[in-house]
Amino acid sequence: MGGRAALSNIILKGRGVVPGIVEGEALVTSQTISGFGGIDNQTGEITEVRHELRGQSFKDKVLVFPGAKGSSGWASHFQTVRLAGAAPKAMIFNIMTTKMALGAVVTRVPAVTDLDQNPIDVIKTGDWVKVDGDSGIVEITPATARRDQGNS
Amino acid sequence: MKLTDQEKAVLDGAEGEARAHAMDLIVRYGRALGAERLVDTNSVAGGVVGSLPGRRDVVPEDKRMDMNAVYSLLNLDSDVTLEIPPMKTKTYRLIEAMDPTLWEVQGVSSDTKALVDNVSDFCGKVGYQMCNTCTPYQVGHVPVFGEHCAWMESSAVIYINSLIGARTNVEGAQSTAAAALVGKIPYWGFHTPEHRRASHLIDVEYKVESMLEWGLLGYFIGEKVKEKVPALNGIDYVPDTDFLKHFGAAAASSGGIEMYHVAGVTPEAPSIEAAFSGRTCEEEIVFGRKELEEAYGWFSTGKDPDVDLIVFGCPHASLDQVKLVASLLDGKKLSLNTHLWMFTPNALRAIADRMGYTDIIRKAGGYLMTDSCVALSKVYPKGVKVAATDSCKQAHYLPAIHGFETWLGSTEQCVEAALTGKWAGGLR
Repeated sequence: MGGRAALSNIILKGRGVVPGIVEGEALVTSQTISGFGGIDNQTGEITEVRHELRGQSFKDKVLVFPGAKGSSGWASHFQTVRLAGAAPKAMIFNIMTTKMALGAVVTRVPAVTDLDQNPIDVIKTGDWVKVDGDSGIVEITPATARRDQGNS
Repeated sequence: MKLTDQEKAVLDGAEGEARAHAMDLIVRYGRALGAERLVDTNSVAGGVVGSLPGRRDVVPEDKRMDMNAVYSLLNLDSDVTLEIPPMKTKTYRLIEAMDPTLWEVQGVSSDTKALVDNVSDFCGKVGYQMCNTCTPYQVGHVPVFGEHCAWMESSAVIYINSLIGARTNVEGAQSTAAAALVGKIPYWGFHTPEHRRASHLIDVEYKVESMLEWGLLGYFIGEKVKEKVPALNGIDYVPDTDFLKHFGAAAASSGGIEMYHVAGVTPEAPSIEAAFSGRTCEEEIVFGRKELEEAYGWFSTGKDPDVDLIVFGCPHASLDQVKLVASLLDGKKLSLNTHLWMFTPNALRAIADRMGYTDIIRKAGGYLMTDSCVALSKVYPKGVKVAATDSCKQAHYLPAIHGFETWLGSTEQCVEAALTGKWAGGLR
């Protein structure tokens, strides 16, 4: 990240869930995600009929969402997603549950929670996000700043 | 996270590679949760999923009969194949891909049968008790009040947490497998007393009296409180275990409820005050006739009255439920256009056989099946488009998983539909 971008970057502090550092483009939803009956575990596409992200894939995105819901097979579905090469790059979430924790562990991507601001409000789809699962720190370059960077 | 010397030793390989990997998985899972320590467990209910549709396909084709490889990958999330030693805990197996005797009726291929037989051999060798049911508590696997458990299957978790006072979270295939190998699970969530206290008060003003009504009550509350802990007030009698089994299964399907209290009925709620134990009530919700009808209205996929399939036994039926269906079918014949499949644990079918129930259902044209279910095993008669069931949980999943139009009604209404081929049920 260059100095110019750093001025507009937002830092959130939380707790690392799965270690590792990665950066990528954010995909944000205010709705929880279901494993069984909620995703296509070969493509990473959200399939739940009434979900606001229906038809969009989290593959290679930094997935920002409230947490997991539904069947106890959540982790198995996300393990399948990983084996199919369709996993998100990282996970940022709010509500800790056993499904969510085990799911993050077997998806094997950096994950953070307990952030000092609600990431669903602060992060917008398309923002560039660096996730540090070791320290629990999330660094956001808003999409608007990214455009400015490109122009300057 | 603090680990004991014994836990550290297992992690370092004192008990072999597989248990070291299992401990590592439990520790990483515990850290992810934010748990400060692990707790001993000797009661694990989990899936050996290598034969289940969807899961079996993840394993490379040449490795599907190698149970060490299958179990290492699917159940222990290991990149290397581990030699799986015997389970350390009492370990109960959940749903399998087929009925061991009626698999051809279920349309299961001989390839799948071979996988299932192979998984069964493995279960025997490593000590997974092959109750093969979503309801291990119906066949003698009942924990003690306060016992720390590691159970998967949301309808079983809510049952043992709420009705027995055992302590478990909804675990997954990997955490149960690891827990069974090391006898440990993170001390977090419903293992801790604070987490078990009620958060929402439900004023049950409508007198719920049947299995269907209890199911709808559960489905309504799940939709409203999501993953929180409701406490029911206003139940002035001791409900039947089958009512509560259906109530919990429904509450865990529409929401993520893992524990509830019924004041004066469940063991951690001698009173409504005891259920909350000082926790602030987040919301008070009234359940009357209007709410019962609202919840029934959420099951709206049934359109065509020509019913192809009746499904009973979600969660797996008790012997009383089998007896009821047998008595309603006794001496009668199903409509030629309609199938009736009822699912129960294998241990209960053994009794149903001796009591004549299995035979009565068979003579009427239906089947009493074990080990499996329509949703997870993905078994159903060819050409089904319209189903009917007496289970909110089943009616929740059938349209989503198989795309069946699904009617919901009482057991009696479902049997009537099986006999006439026409759905004429509804909320009374």
